[in-house]
Amino acid sequence: MKLLTCPVNGPRNITEFQYLGPVRAASADQPEQLIEALFYAENPLGVMREWWRHTPSNTVLIAERHTVSDQIVATYLPTRKPA
Amino acid sequence: MPFSLLKYGLRARHVSFRDIPPTPDLKRSYDVVIIGGGGHGLAAAYYLSNVHGIRNVAVLEKGYLAGGNTARNTTTIRSNYMTEESVRFYKEGVELFETMSRDLGFNVMFSQRGQLTLAHSEATLRSFHLRAEMGKHMGTRIEVVDVRTVKELCPHLNLDLGGQHEVMGGLWHADGGTARHDAVAWGYARHAGARGVEIHQRTEVTGFEHAGDRVTHIRTNRGTIAVGQVLQAVGGLNGQVAAMAGIRLPIRCFPLQAMVTQPLKPFLDILVSSANLHTYLVQSSRGEVVIGGGSDPYQLASTRSTLDQKEHLAEGALHLFPFLHKVKLLRQWAGITDMTPDYSPIMGASPLRNYWLDCGWGTWGFKATPVAGKRMAETIATGRVPDVLKPFDLRRFDSFALLNEMGATAASH
Repeated sequence: MKLLTCPVNGPRNITEFQYLGPVRAASADQPEQLIEALFYAENPLGVMREWWRHTPSNTVLIAERHTVSDQIVATYLPTRKPA
Repeated sequence: MPFSLLKYGLRARHVSFRDIPPTPDLKRSYDVVIIGGGGHGLAAAYYLSNVHGIRNVAVLEKGYLAGGNTARNTTTIRSNYMTEESVRFYKEGVELFETMSRDLGFNVMFSQRGQLTLAHSEATLRSFHLRAEMGKHMGTRIEVVDVRTVKELCPHLNLDLGGQHEVMGGLWHADGGTARHDAVAWGYARHAGARGVEIHQRTEVTGFEHAGDRVTHIRTNRGTIAVGQVLQAVGGLNGQVAAMAGIRLPIRCFPLQAMVTQPLKPFLDILVSSANLHTYLVQSSRGEVVIGGGSDPYQLASTRSTLDQKEHLAEGALHLFPFLHKVKLLRQWAGITDMTPDYSPIMGASPLRNYWLDCGWGTWGFKATPVAGKRMAETIATGRVPDVLKPFDLRRFDSFALLNEMGATAASH
């Protein structure tokens, strides 16, 4: 079982979570960044910041995860960004 | 035959036979360099050398020949897509598979046994009617069938009548089939090698040198070479290779897992997919049941296997064929799929004038091996992108001319 730590509910089976994709650098509100925001998603080989949702509690969180080793480095609420 | 074999065995000096030529030293320059020694790259090398007479070609493969996604797919060949552009392209691919063993003089074990996708809801049946009409319009053999026909096509299938995954009908694609993936690559490699194409295994691209909007040199772990034209066809992680050349691609990487059971007596002579269960099965000529499904749920560039996906695939397979419950798994594996926003490949020109793209193959690359190779070779040889490839241009994302093929597989992603 792979665990992901929900900032509210603690470590849970990753099957309880929904992946919502990378935290985007481009903004769909900026006309010149629209194409990039829609189609050119982040796909690094390394640590990526991404949106997840803990489905039972509907907690939306950010995880920092390494896209090659699959190691989860940190998880936190979007409103409480660590320093 | 026994005597000639005996004679051969007793002869002092054996002449060893190699399909694939050994890796020579890199030359200083090549007319065409193909990055990626998988099915697509080798097919392009074959068509360049055997059809267009371009022989000063090097294929660079970072691992071993056809050892990446070519070795990791589940060998489904079909053309039952949703858009006109895709059906036209994949139909040409299926036709090339039909004559491939004869054309190459190499048995690729093409078996056109037909593919059946199961519908478990009225909504799925409606989408099947759309796909069937598009297929018929484009001249492929495809039709929506009722439960009785499903039963005739696949007598051992659990129809789950009245259950959660009741089979309400199916999409029968008589042109669908399978072929031996390794043999496809080896066949192309042998013929390309015979015409002078150099196949460089264990040769990894590490960088590019530019002059204006052209690539002039490719740096590798075995030295730097000058190039006339470049074709990028690396299967997975295309975004990372293109980034070295200064090209951005709309690609995200997801692992796709599959597995194979121990060999069984033949019971399944068609390819079966289930739209609801996200599972597909085919019995190989060795009797093993190949089981595939959807991609992993989150981005990753690793080819490890996970218990979750195995359980998911086993669950789907057992629902369709409950008698498989004591069958043992023999192998499991994963490949890295390059998913594009519209579930269609990227083929044709790049922002660089002499750099051509054949990428974004997600979970649908193997069936396109011959047609992608043929048409990309034509593009490179003539400098003109053929009509059949034009819809797959990278620039379609800038103009919102997407080719949405999501849902054209049994396993959505």
